[in-house]
Amino acid sequence: MGEFLLVTIQVDLYDQLAENLEADLVQMVKKNNSRGVLIDISAVSIIDSFMGRIIGNIATMSKIMDAETVVVGMQPAVAITLVELGLPLKGVHCALNVEKGMDLLRSKIGFDEEEEDEIHDDHDRNTE
Amino acid sequence: MMIMIVILNKDVMPVIKEQDVVPFRNRVKEHAVKIGMGVVNQTKLITAASELVRNMLKYGGGGKVAIEVISQGRENGIRLVFADKGPGIKNINDAMKDGFTTGKSLGLGLPGTKRLVSEFDIKSELGKGTTVTVVKWKNG
Repeated sequence: MGEFLLVTIQVDLYDQLAENLEADLVQMVKKNNSRGVLIDISAVSIIDSFMGRIIGNIATMSKIMDAETVVVGMQPAVAITLVELGLPLKGVHCALNVEKGMDLLRSKIGFDEEEEDEIHDDHDRNTE
Repeated sequence: MMIMIVILNKDVMPVIKEQDVVPFRNRVKEHAVKIGMGVVNQTKLITAASELVRNMLKYGGGGKVAIEVISQGRENGIRLVFADKGPGIKNINDAMKDGFTTGKSLGLGLPGTKRLVSEFDIKSELGKGTTVTVVKWKNG
């Protein structure tokens, strides 16, 4: 999908499979010079703390590889459970569906470049 | 007056390796669907089951889980009993605190799980093992 990687998780993953996904994704980001990763979890009925950590890891790893991660299609019951469990999915951007996720990714990449410029400007001013 | 809990159905599953987790979760789901539990409660129950079974594998070296369909008065529910013969938990009060962990996990496991179910009980004896019992009522 151009500069974005689109990942659809179709089954409930067991731990090893989830860890493989994490490693494969980071490799693919590098291989394809991806600027964004979109993970579709609409078919995932359970996110426990392990799966939550994997999603968080993917987002953090992608971030330091200069790619943004957006998670789309979370089921309402999963969202309710995650909050009660106390798993806030920090640093993970979410969107309702794939289409909105793509828009969010595009805007993130655009905005980020502008923000970075501003930060550099501020930095220059402070050092003067 | 205490209303008696009646066990309608009992299903024991050994969980000794990581690949057993998904089939176990599916089994819990089957039972929850059978008693007509709503999707949100189902998800909470299965997530709690997943956390506990993972704890059992990680700290207890695996064990057995009893999946029971229970009834108390007019309310039906699912009771899960996780029993391992691992090293046991030194300080249960610490283990039940948010953010406490001996491993590298987030430390959400036990307290988070407790929030997801209707009833939660943990018993542990050093050197003998740990038993965690949770109940999720159909409408609870």
